[in-house]
Amino acid sequence: MPESPLAVAMSGGVDSSVVAGMLRARGENVIGLTMQLWNQRRLPEIQSDKASGRCCSLDDVYDARAVAQHLGIPYYVVNFERDFEDQVVKPFIDEYLAGRTPIPCTLCNNFIKFDRFLEMARGVGADRIATGHYAQIRWNADNGRWEMLRSVDRARDQTYFLFGLKQDQLARSMFPLGGMEKSAVRELARQLGLPTAAKPDSQEICFVPNGDYAAFIDAYSREQGMSREEAAGELVTADGRVVGEHEGVHHFTVGQRRGLRVAAGEPLYVIATDPASRRVVVGRDRELLSDRARAGGVNWVSIAAPAEPVRAEVKIRNKHVAAPATICPTADPERVEIRFEEAQRAVTPGQAAVFYAQDLVLGGGWIE
Amino acid sequence: MERYYFDHNATTPVMPEVLEAMLPVMTEVYGNASSIHHFGQAARQKLDSARVQVAAMLGADPQEIVFTSGGTEADNLAIFGAGAGGHVVTTAFEHPAVLAAAETLNHTIVPVDGRGLVDPDEVRRAVRAETKVISVMHANNELGTIQPIEEIARVAAEAGVLLHSDGVQAAGKIPVNVRNLGVALYSISAHKVGAAKGVGALYVRKGTPIQPMLHGGRHERGRRAGTENVAGAVALGRAAEWLAAHGEAENRRQEALRDRLEQQILDRIPGTRVNGAGAPRVPNTTNIRFDGIDSDALLIALDLKGFAVSSGAACSSGAPEPSHVLLAIGLNRLEARSSIRFSLGRSNTVEQVDALVEALAESVAHLRKLSPAYA
Repeated sequence: MPESPLAVAMSGGVDSSVVAGMLRARGENVIGLTMQLWNQRRLPEIQSDKASGRCCSLDDVYDARAVAQHLGIPYYVVNFERDFEDQVVKPFIDEYLAGRTPIPCTLCNNFIKFDRFLEMARGVGADRIATGHYAQIRWNADNGRWEMLRSVDRARDQTYFLFGLKQDQLARSMFPLGGMEKSAVRELARQLGLPTAAKPDSQEICFVPNGDYAAFIDAYSREQGMSREEAAGELVTADGRVVGEHEGVHHFTVGQRRGLRVAAGEPLYVIATDPASRRVVVGRDRELLSDRARAGGVNWVSIAAPAEPVRAEVKIRNKHVAAPATICPTADPERVEIRFEEAQRAVTPGQAAVFYAQDLVLGGGWIE
Repeated sequence: MERYYFDHNATTPVMPEVLEAMLPVMTEVYGNASSIHHFGQAARQKLDSARVQVAAMLGADPQEIVFTSGGTEADNLAIFGAGAGGHVVTTAFEHPAVLAAAETLNHTIVPVDGRGLVDPDEVRRAVRAETKVISVMHANNELGTIQPIEEIARVAAEAGVLLHSDGVQAAGKIPVNVRNLGVALYSISAHKVGAAKGVGALYVRKGTPIQPMLHGGRHERGRRAGTENVAGAVALGRAAEWLAAHGEAENRRQEALRDRLEQQILDRIPGTRVNGAGAPRVPNTTNIRFDGIDSDALLIALDLKGFAVSSGAACSSGAPEPSHVLLAIGLNRLEARSSIRFSLGRSNTVEQVDALVEALAESVAHLRKLSPAYA
């Protein structure tokens, strides 16, 4: 009887193809599974002819299947469209309409890839899963915890999106690319003769064409028959002066400069959005600075929940350079206060704050 | 790993007798059946013999048989060829080859009851003055339930409307006589009865007006243009002949196996029930609901153990959607997504059925152990 099977989440991209290929080459009993998450033929008014460049297109399923055939592994498509819509797409839209800037990839990791998918894999007999994420997992025998670390290829590191993983999820997950440079992954894809070796990397939020999330929200709302006629509102300054008009708070995110259409002496930025009054507050760059943030829904990854304040470097968006801060527990175990050593620009509600100690991911939460 | 096939309603292997009949046609009798010369005449003779065999299986005259590229084309030809420009009455659990075709025309969809049966009175109520075709399948592909076609034929006759029946899942499994059924149009598919893929036939009752969909020649008496697939037709004809001689005995054998499978599942695995149990069914099919189970997971787990079954119609990407058939008989989405179809065939044995039950019991227990929803 061979080793118990291992399920690889195959998106049809080069990274997960290489994961399947390297595990197969290592002699693992690999099963390929592709998650069907979103029907790309929905919302035809926002589709472009480049629809094949995104996840869950028929081309991606075709590519994943071609890789599985090349490797000679069993391969199946599993349909999680319902779960994805309920647990990722709808919260994504609700967050935007509530004036926050959400991260659907984290929701997808928390509720789909490391929950539904893990459950499906176990159901079919695979107790472990492997994905193409750039992150590292290791067992720390001293404190008896699974730890998560940034990937060796710093530019590809995806730990910012993985802070929600619990110990039991980490215990059954493998990230074989975490120790590799992307260039080495491409090279390995060529050596393994994978049909996806030269496929371009995917970008953007997978279900939103061309990154135009405002158009997606409008189209989805129309499809669902949601009433959105009163989205328009005013642009105001912090002291309440009306300086312009806008077509809906979901078009704006904190720190944004583009699309304000206000003539002012100096550049103006979005400071905050308030869906209740449908107001977008604009101001000067320095008004974006803040040295504190609160985070809710906190999950501690590599360490147990601390009772005392801990020093960490904190990332407040994916492309942010982690800034030194102190994480202070509050009376609510799921909520912390973050005190930055230096004020940070555009602390944005809805984004994640992820706490690092050098490469180690301590934990993270949602900025409130 | 031994692999066992329990998905014969999806397709069947070509029977050895059929392969033997069709192979020489491809290499030796390769003429174009429309050609005047010897080669053409030899092909024409094969085609005509096959037509006689297929007609005999359906109780029709040979000139009433139109060979097509398969069940889908036969269904489309019936709906478009007889229904275009008028109104079509069909049912909620038809195969997409009928349903999607009807949806492009002015149409009414008749509901199906919880047993998986169409009520002829519902059909009667749906017929309008402009109705041209009623289309009701003879046996449902997922449930195997047999529809009261004779009664529906009386409804059609009273209304002066043509009746089409999709017989793809009935032909070969139960006796079919188109005259007794009273249908004007009847579709069959070769690969469901041990013949080759890419061929089917539409029975068109003498005098039934039908417009061709394919233009470009006077083939098939002007009802279907295109060089005839002689080898395919020969395969279907040979399968029809085999069924005439052995079908009844083989179907009784499969029925006993099906009943054994069903009984063992119901006895050994708690929380199971048969979908469509209250209706007459074809002998090889059973559709079973496993409470608390995701049928996709069960299907994959079984496939990894070597057992091929089905959980519903596959969509273009291969990711299963809840079956419209199961939703039509009143199951909710969760119930529909916990149902598995087993369809037996000539290769299945008692040992295979028993091994399948073992694998099922094990996989269902494993999945339920993981499911917090199942108490």
